[in-house]
This record gives sequence, C-alpha cells and structure tokens, in this order.
Amino acid sequence: MIDKSETYSATGEVGAAIEKRTIWSRFILDFKKSPYTARFGLIVVSLYIFVALFAPWLAPYGESQVFPAPYEPWSEKFVFGTDQIGRDILSRLIYGARNTVGIAVATTFLSFLIGGALGLAAAINQSWLDQLLSRSVDVLMAIPSLIFALVLLSIFGTNVVNLVIIIAVLDSTRVFRLTRAVAINVVVMDYVEAARLRGEGIGWIMRREILPNILPPLIAEFGLRFCFVFLTIAALSFLGVGIQPPTADWGSMVRENASLIQFAQYDIKAGLTPLLPAAAIALLTVAVNFVVDWFLHKTSGLRDEQ
Amino acid sequence: MSNSTPKDDVLLDIKGLKIQGFSDERWHDIVKGVDLKLCRGQIMGLIGESGAGKSTLGLAAMGYTQPGCRIIGGSIHFDGVDLAQLPDKQKRDYWGNRMTYVAQSAAASFNPAHRLIEQTTRSTIRFGIKDKSSAYQDAFELYDALNLPEPETIGDRYPHQVSGGQLQRVMTAMAMSPRPDLIIFDEPTTALDVTTQVEVLSSMRTIVETFNTAAIYITHDLAVVAQMADVIKVLRYGEEVEEASTRDMLKSPKADYTKSLWSVRALQKQEQKPTASILSLKGVDAAYGSAKVLHKVDIEVPKGSTVAVVGESGSGKSTTARVITGLLPQTAGTVVFDGIELPKALADRTKEQKRRIQMIYQMADTAMNPRQTVRDIIGRPLEFYLGMQGREKANRVLELLEMIELEGSFLERLPSELSGGQKQRICIARALAAAPDFIICDEVTSALDQIVQEGILTLLLRLQKELGLTYLFITHDISTVKAIADQVVVMNQGLVVEQGSKTAVFKPPFPDYTELLLSSVPEMDPDWLTKLSAKRKRERN
Repeated sequence: MIDKSETYSATGEVGAAIEKRTIWSRFILDFKKSPYTARFGLIVVSLYIFVALFAPWLAPYGESQVFPAPYEPWSEKFVFGTDQIGRDILSRLIYGARNTVGIAVATTFLSFLIGGALGLAAAINQSWLDQLLSRSVDVLMAIPSLIFALVLLSIFGTNVVNLVIIIAVLDSTRVFRLTRAVAINVVVMDYVEAARLRGEGIGWIMRREILPNILPPLIAEFGLRFCFVFLTIAALSFLGVGIQPPTADWGSMVRENASLIQFAQYDIKAGLTPLLPAAAIALLTVAVNFVVDWFLHKTSGLRDEQ
Repeated sequence: MSNSTPKDDVLLDIKGLKIQGFSDERWHDIVKGVDLKLCRGQIMGLIGESGAGKSTLGLAAMGYTQPGCRIIGGSIHFDGVDLAQLPDKQKRDYWGNRMTYVAQSAAASFNPAHRLIEQTTRSTIRFGIKDKSSAYQDAFELYDALNLPEPETIGDRYPHQVSGGQLQRVMTAMAMSPRPDLIIFDEPTTALDVTTQVEVLSSMRTIVETFNTAAIYITHDLAVVAQMADVIKVLRYGEEVEEASTRDMLKSPKADYTKSLWSVRALQKQEQKPTASILSLKGVDAAYGSAKVLHKVDIEVPKGSTVAVVGESGSGKSTTARVITGLLPQTAGTVVFDGIELPKALADRTKEQKRRIQMIYQMADTAMNPRQTVRDIIGRPLEFYLGMQGREKANRVLELLEMIELEGSFLERLPSELSGGQKQRICIARALAAAPDFIICDEVTSALDQIVQEGILTLLLRLQKELGLTYLFITHDISTVKAIADQVVVMNQGLVVEQGSKTAVFKPPFPDYTELLLSSVPEMDPDWLTKLSAKRKRERN
C-alpha cells in the first residue's frame, strides 16, 4: 500500500523527465549505436565531400591540363595514367567529384524545392489545384524520363544550367507525389485546423505546421533521389549530352576511356582505368543508401523486439 | 455480482509481480510488485489513471507482455501453473483457450477480411474444443444471449457492417466461445456512447454470470466498475493503493487517493441567471455534401455563461461547432455574434472576429504541432493577433502559463514531453492567448482520467470567473455537464431536442430522448444496472 500526498497539482503530473541534449551530442550518441554499414556510408560520404571541396589542392595537375602523352600507363608521374588526349586521370577523377557530385546535389535540391512546394500546396488545397498538378505530374511520369531528358536537351541545347533544370523538373514529379502523400496525412490534423482557424496564411501552414512533420520521409527520399539524379547525369554524360568537355565528369570519363577495356588482356591496369570513375559512382551510391537506410530505420519508430 | 457460487477456489494467483518497459533508452518500472488473487467466477475491477499499469497488469495475468516490456520478478500462477516461467510456445495453449481477451477498440481488433462468425469460433475450432457445426450453433446462442439482433445471420456480416456496440458484443461472444476460465476486459466500453454502453455492460455481465467465468475488468470509470465487479483494486504508479469488495469500497474508501477519485463526481457549478446573448444561431442548416446533418438549429448562448451541448456521436454537436467557427459554412440560417452576423465562410471573417472565437479540441495530442515547443505554441497567437514581440511576448507567455497552473520550466518542452492533462492545459493557454470572448470546448475532458478531468474543469471555471469568458461546452458526459454548465442543449440526429437552464432540463418530465440519455449514465450504486435493466424490461413488455 502506498500513501502519497494527494493534493493535486498540474505541474506534478507524471511526465517522463527527458534529458535535454544538443544536436551534436545526440548525433554522437546515435553514431555510437549505428550499424557498421551506416558508419561506412557516413565515412565515405564525408570523404567525397572533402575531396570535392579541396580538389585544387589535392589534384596533382590541373583539370584540363594536357600532356603530350596520350594513353600513358600507370606510373609514378601519372598514378592512373593519362586519357586519350593526355590528361591526368587521377586529377580528373578528383575534379570529377566536384562537378558530378556538385551538379547532382544542386539538381536534387532544385527538384525538392519544386516538387516539395507544389506537393504541399496540392495537399493543402485538395481541389482544383491538386487535380491540375497531380494530372500534369501523371502525364510527365508517363514518358520515360531518360528519353524525355534526351529530347529536351536536344531542343534547349546542352549546357550545365539546362541539364540541371531539366533533370530537376523531371525528378520533381516523384518528389511531388511523395510530399503530397505524406502531407495529406498531416493536413487533417487538428493543429493544422487550429492554424487555419487562427487565420494563418498558406505559407505559414506549409512551412511551420506541415513541413517539420513530414521531414523524415523527405530526407530519406532526398538520399535516394540524389543517387538517381547522379546516375541520370552519369548516363547522359556517357551518351554525350551531359556535362561537356573539357569539364571533368565521371560519366563522360567512362565513355572516353571505354575502349581501353579491351587491352585488359595485355595490361590489367589499362583495363581497370575506365572502371575507376564507374567505381567512384558505385561507391558513392552504395554509401548514400547505407546512410539513408539507417536514417529510415531510426525514424520509422519501430521498436526492436528482444 | 451474485454470491451464490462458492468462491474459495483460487484460479489466478499473482505474487510480487514486477514489469519493466523500455523507453528513452532505459528500463522503467511499470508494475512494481503487485499481488492479485482471483477465484473462479469472481469479477475483479482494476481502476486507476493512465500510466497506473492496469493494462500491463491485465495482460500479465495471461502471462503476456507487450513488445518492449519484460517481467523481472514475481509469479503468475494460473490454475497451479506459473505462467511467468512458461515458454511462449506453451503459453499459446492457454491463450484463446482457457483465457481470452476483450480489447478496448473492437473496430481495430477484428480482421476486416473475415466474417464475424469465422472470427468468433476460430480458436474454439482450432483447439478442438468443439467441431465447426456445434461451435457455430453455440455462437448463435451466445449472440442471442448478448442481445444481438438476428443472432442466426449476424455472424455472416463483416466487421464494418455492424455498429461499434454490436462489434464489442461480438468480441465478448468470441472471448466466451471456448468457455474460458478467465476473461480480461480492457476498457471495453470506453469508446462507446452512454446509451450503447449500458446495453453492452448488461449483456456482458449476464453472460459472465451465466457461465461462472472469472474476469478482470480494467477501466478508469468508477461507476462502470461498480456495476461489473465483485472486488475492486485501485492502482497508482504501478502499485496497489487498496483492494476491497465493491460495496465496501463505494461506502467507505480508505486511502486518500481513492477518496479523491470518488470526489470528482461531486463537482457542481452554481447555475447563473441568463444574461444577454453573445452568440445566437437561428434556423441553421448544415450538410456534408448531400448529407444534411443539422436541421433548423436554434441555440442562444448568454454572455459569461457556459452552455453545454449534449448528445451521442452523430447527433450534430461537433458540426454545430464547425458552423460557428466558419469551417463548415451553413446552408441556411444565421450565426449572430455580439450583435453582428458572422460571414458564413472562415475566409470572409475579419481577423478580429477570428480572434474573439477560439476553440479547444478533444484530442490535445493532435491539436498541438509535435515539432513546436510550448513557447512557440502559446506565443504564436500573441504575435499573430496582438502583434507582441520580444520581451513583451515572453512575459505574456509566462503569465499565461501561470494562469493554467504550470511553471516556466515547461517553455522549452515539446508536446510529447507533457502528460495528457498538461497538454490540454497548454491548449487552453493557446486559446486564452488570443484574449477571446468565446471559447468552444469540444469534448475537452473526455480523453482524460477523472482526476485530471476535475483539474481541467476547475481551471475552466476559475478562468471564466476571472476573465468573464463564455463557453460552448460540447460533451456526452452528464457528470461533466452538471459540473460546468449553466444552460443545456440536448441534440439528437441534427435536431435540438431540448434547451434551457440546467435545473429545468434535468428536472422531470423529460422528452423521450433526454430520458434515455440521462437514465443511461452509470451511477455509483452497485445495483444501478440491475434496477435499470429490470425497469427497461418492464417497459418493453
């Protein structure tokens, strides 16, 4: 039997005392408990970011510095040899991180800006605007995106700005769909109704009431979308309509040196050269997905059974 | 209730049971060493506020713990076998066979893809207690005993084709089908209307008595447990407060905590004389699409008073609130607020009109943005309506917190770090921040425990006195009405059935619907249900 003082006080009501943590200490705590795959992913991603940021200091030669020695084998002077017109492969790999990753990040951001904003607007409106946007998105999604991108690029011309805009618009259809689907569940909550009753504008409701509550799935989607955008850019570059020479880019590097692969039977290192940029793409894709998986698991709220 | 059968045969014996739950990266004690003894044919009521560990204890009586919980000590002897030591595989032979469970939300517990009769008899057939045809025959008899309509054919329906009250009774039939020794009822009537609750309660009690089954009845409603249980055990913070037979417990509760539970129902407001109207609805019709839900509703709300709108779900109470706030423009009629007719649609109303009418919701959980702190939640209306900034705003937020009896330490908390009662208080503070004249309270206490309810109601009354607020109080709970209302409006199927001062409405003679509603509210008398059932039976014949 217990006998406690029974004078009622609202403050004294049972509520689990939760320790306040800063974002950084939370991250450290999460990182300590994270699986090895996620740690690997985080390390690889930060390495790529480091390389991209400090490319001019890390690369032994300039991005499009031409030496009078095309197809040079691997050596002390050229670690991974030179390409068909005599540019150092290692330097181009390092600069490629900057261009390919940078453009992919910019494109993904743009596609989330477009798709996210329209998706939120559609979810809040839920009438004519929703219908108009959703049906237009259906039409865009019905056309295979790689072919559509090729068509648009040949109409508008191939340059980095067009490339970014076209891929962002095509990819924003998927972001639109996801945002609208998750936002519709939040729009019906009482706190959104309360904000409406207060007379808040659509901008406030989108940014302050809904967005913070749908962020976890959007961030997870951001990681996946980034990989797809990255691969699309690489594919377009490989086809010759992506990032244009002399800018270093992993997709076009694969294409330019693809023929070297047939020399693998004579010199295994020569055969490996075109695979290096491909491996760089693959490694980043895998790493990002590891991180996204971890994040999804963490925010899904599923409690592991013992 | 009957004491005809000998009850010295102990069926369930729990000793020193300790259960922990895992949250926030560590283990918390949920049940801290509780003893429980239940004899065959005995019904025990477990009561307590949420977080008291009553559901965890109820499930543990079956040897089951929810994911994220573990039993760390004590024994659970069921008919001589210690379930706490038994592996899951062997416990499964008891579950759905010798012990069954009736969950709170029947709608969420049935598989929507199978017919009711299949689900009712499934475990009976699986354990080979009866073959299919006799199990079906038995189910028909159970349905009949539970007063379900068309007992022969109701089993052919799917869960969505019957009402909530009927579904809860089908679940009772399912639990009874294998003729278990023990049934756990986990708040089985909490989600039901008062009028439905009475029917479900009396049929549950009849059937448990008929088969002399032992039962544990978990609830936070004292009046309900008084009808069902032979013995009542009061729990708090995972510990036993006291245990006594129902009659003794009702007559003379010993512990202070139990006494405080009892006193909640005694709260009563002195009725005020009606003054000039601040809000009046005249001939309001409203519809969702083509379905008309309000028919010529007239409601007068005197300034500075509380008008309670009473009725069961689907009666149009909440729709009335939506019309007043402008969320659902009416199809006919007018809403006049402080002498001026309000525009129908929310978008056409001025900021000032929006400010003066505020709303408090039933579910405080969903009424606050889980990503905003208390400071943001209360501060926003101050900034939005009154243009307060910086220090002025910060001071006002603190003042508001003080008004709702909370401290400044709550400022940085998120809604998930508050208890149910605290959440509702923050919602009240948010409404007060706009400095309104009129507040709509939509079932604000129905999701809360009794003792917390009392706190909220007292707070609302105090605020009304201090600030001269007018409340429109939507509820289906008559004891809440008695506690807070000056005027009462009874609604049924979109019509106003009765309207007037509290004493006038609660004084006989009543219109038929008011009579049904009032007589269905459980009283703290263990014989109440027996008397009521007998009376209704007489009237039917």
